[in-house]
Amino acid sequence: MTAFNPHGTSLNHGILSVLVQNRPGVLARVASLFARRGYNIFSLAVAPAEDETQSRITIVVDLESAPLEQMVKQLFKLVDVVKISELDPRRSIERELLLATVRADTGQRSEIVELVKIFEAKILAVGSDAVTVSLEGHPDKLDDFEELLDSYAIVEMQRTGRVALPKLDRAARLRAVNPNQKGKVS
Amino acid sequence: MSTASTRMTGAQALIKALEMEQVDTIFGLPGGCILPAYDPLLESSIRHVLVRHEQGAGHMAEGYAHVTGRPGVAMVTSGPAATNLVTPLMDAYMDSIPMVGITGQVGTSAIGSDAFQECDTVGITRSCTKHNELVMTPDDIPLAVRQAFHLATTGRPGPVLLDLPKDVLQNEMTWHWPTDDEVSSALPGYRPTMKGHPRMIKEAAQMILAAERPVLYVGGGMLKARAAEILRELAEMTGINVVTTLMARGVFPDDHELCLGMPGMHGTIAATTAMQRADLLIALGARFDDRITGRLDSFAPDAKIIHVDIDPAEQGKVRRPDVPIVGDCRLVTEEIVQAIRDLTASGTEQADITAWKSRVSGWQEIFPLAYDEASPGAGLKPQYCLEELRAASNDDTILVSGVGQHQMWASLHWKFNQPYSWVNSGGLGTMGFSIPAAIGAKAGRPDATVWAVDGDGCFQMTAQELVTATVERIPVKVALLNNSYLGMVRQWQEMFYDERYSEVYLSTETPDYVKWAESMGCVGIRVESPEEVGPAIEQANSINDRSVVVEFRTDSEEKVFPMVPAGVSNDEVLVHPSQEQFRAQLG
Ligand SMILES: Cc1ncc(C[n+]2csc(CCOP(=O)(O)OP(=O)(O)O)c2C)c(N)n1
Ligand SMILES: [Mg+2]
Repeated sequence: MTAFNPHGTSLNHGILSVLVQNRPGVLARVASLFARRGYNIFSLAVAPAEDETQSRITIVVDLESAPLEQMVKQLFKLVDVVKISELDPRRSIERELLLATVRADTGQRSEIVELVKIFEAKILAVGSDAVTVSLEGHPDKLDDFEELLDSYAIVEMQRTGRVALPKLDRAARLRAVNPNQKGKVS
Repeated sequence: MSTASTRMTGAQALIKALEMEQVDTIFGLPGGCILPAYDPLLESSIRHVLVRHEQGAGHMAEGYAHVTGRPGVAMVTSGPAATNLVTPLMDAYMDSIPMVGITGQVGTSAIGSDAFQECDTVGITRSCTKHNELVMTPDDIPLAVRQAFHLATTGRPGPVLLDLPKDVLQNEMTWHWPTDDEVSSALPGYRPTMKGHPRMIKEAAQMILAAERPVLYVGGGMLKARAAEILRELAEMTGINVVTTLMARGVFPDDHELCLGMPGMHGTIAATTAMQRADLLIALGARFDDRITGRLDSFAPDAKIIHVDIDPAEQGKVRRPDVPIVGDCRLVTEEIVQAIRDLTASGTEQADITAWKSRVSGWQEIFPLAYDEASPGAGLKPQYCLEELRAASNDDTILVSGVGQHQMWASLHWKFNQPYSWVNSGGLGTMGFSIPAAIGAKAGRPDATVWAVDGDGCFQMTAQELVTATVERIPVKVALLNNSYLGMVRQWQEMFYDERYSEVYLSTETPDYVKWAESMGCVGIRVESPEEVGPAIEQANSINDRSVVVEFRTDSEEKVFPMVPAGVSNDEVLVHPSQEQFRAQLG
């Protein structure tokens, strides 16, 4: 058994990118479906999609709680769900943002600054005995950063939960870097 | 035809939209927030049946839908009325019954303020409806209604609820009846798959022809898909035995030589054992419910599975199919029949299943339904009462059951020969279902004789709807199997809790069912001895201007057999004690 990781960065997570109609209550429908069927969610991020009548929900699910296939099929029974993509972690780009306020008296501050440098994180605010830092990146990287920060007493921390999109294939990547060669990337 | 600029209130639009959907009957009860909708009802062609409790309205809508195939409609007010509708919504959800619930809601500006009779109806009913919607402007009403009926009746049918704030009903709008295109573009994610995948169809056909011990495992989805005819064709062309689940009784005639009846916890030995020993289960519109499979890891261990269902989520939910086919059960069965024809035309032969079939008929002969005769002076045997009732009825009679022992006896001992002649609460097992559902069934099929088979416990939950039946002139007949107990629970306590009876005795004296029936405008008849059974049924069948309640005083100790105890393998089925000696033949 792998140790419980609240951010779902263990190998047992699945990522669903769910396009829904932007209607009142749609998030509640998704959440109550997961609760009712006993599916565990590690994180959930939601915001309007490219088409404003729709939202995209990125859900990181615990594959030990139920098979991904059942989750997808049950989700699809929600009338407001338009499209579901299963994102294979190996073939998708995942990002997350972490904000943390860490206790830092003068002695420790330089160590934390060092850590921030190594991780290419940012210092957002400095107080007399604490600093607030942010890090954006792959959730695994955030995990490492969080673990190291932990030895300096984290006062408050918030992670956003991951968002993800499929990686572009090579051809699409080339098209994307050449703005003159417009093509529909799907 | 109305012009585009017709102005009307939201309430008028609601009633007009229901008329456009060809609603002929609404079951309901008014109150504060839904009041505006009741006014235009006075001018409408729609019949409103005024119930005595909103749960009754919901079950009536279900009964109506069961027998007509058209969505039943229940309309009630906000708050307590909406919560009273929750049980029927859940019942309809579990049994995939097309139903549209309409609830009043407090005015839009009061929502969220804990206003009088406010409740979060959409929140409460989210997990017991296929879809629900709080309609926030009167202009949205026609589309919301069209969508509700579309969702309730297509794909896997189910209940849909519309929550209508009072001001949305009162305010004016411009009438517009949405086109099919408008409905479908408002539901971009909703496209039920109807036709089966051709490769899977072919594979299924090949497997069916190759199987040596095949069984057709037929569920309620086949009734929903109106697939009785093509099912019969498939069974007869292949000679494969059919089991019909509790939700599918009647879709294949019990009198047919291929029919094995109901499988599962209280199924016939032949049906349950045939499934256990099969090498192929052809599951059509069935969902591998735990009451069918018994302990899952020992269910039908040698069987390959073909699973046809319109709901993709049913595929692999319980048992992984070898050939999953998502699609409409009627269309897919037609496609399978055609594929079998094509294969046989090109020379494929069906495996020899005669040895298997004689094993199956052996089980039928050795383990018929059995019960002991009543000892003189003791209570009636409920099975005997039902058999007598069946003998005095024709195939068109609609039987509607409550939940408990009487339900199992009804399903086992009645011979269903026609689809849509059996109405019951399967998935949720809702006590109190039968009286209102019978009234709904009779409202939908006034030409048919409708008998409710009810238990004394169930009857006491919803009997007041017989007042509705009397006042609204919807006469039904009730066979009340009164064993003075919550019999099914009593049976479990007898068998699995060392006869320690805890809170299952109702009463032998109270209520007086004959007086109660009479006070509700029905004829009440009490039957205490076997000789009275036939004449009482005859009398009941001769009364058609009012409802009749026939109270059969039955044996409290009678139990339902066969029985697979909960969580146990179907191999361990308990046969009737008189058949225990033949147990070895189950192998
Ligand atoms: C609303 C509800 N409450 C409780 C139950 C649990 N239950 C199942 S059968 C049963 C007994 C039913 O008694 P009765 O109607 O007299 O039928 P009988 O079993 O005696 O034929 C009970 C309490 C239920 N199914 N539904
Ligand atoms: Mg009883």
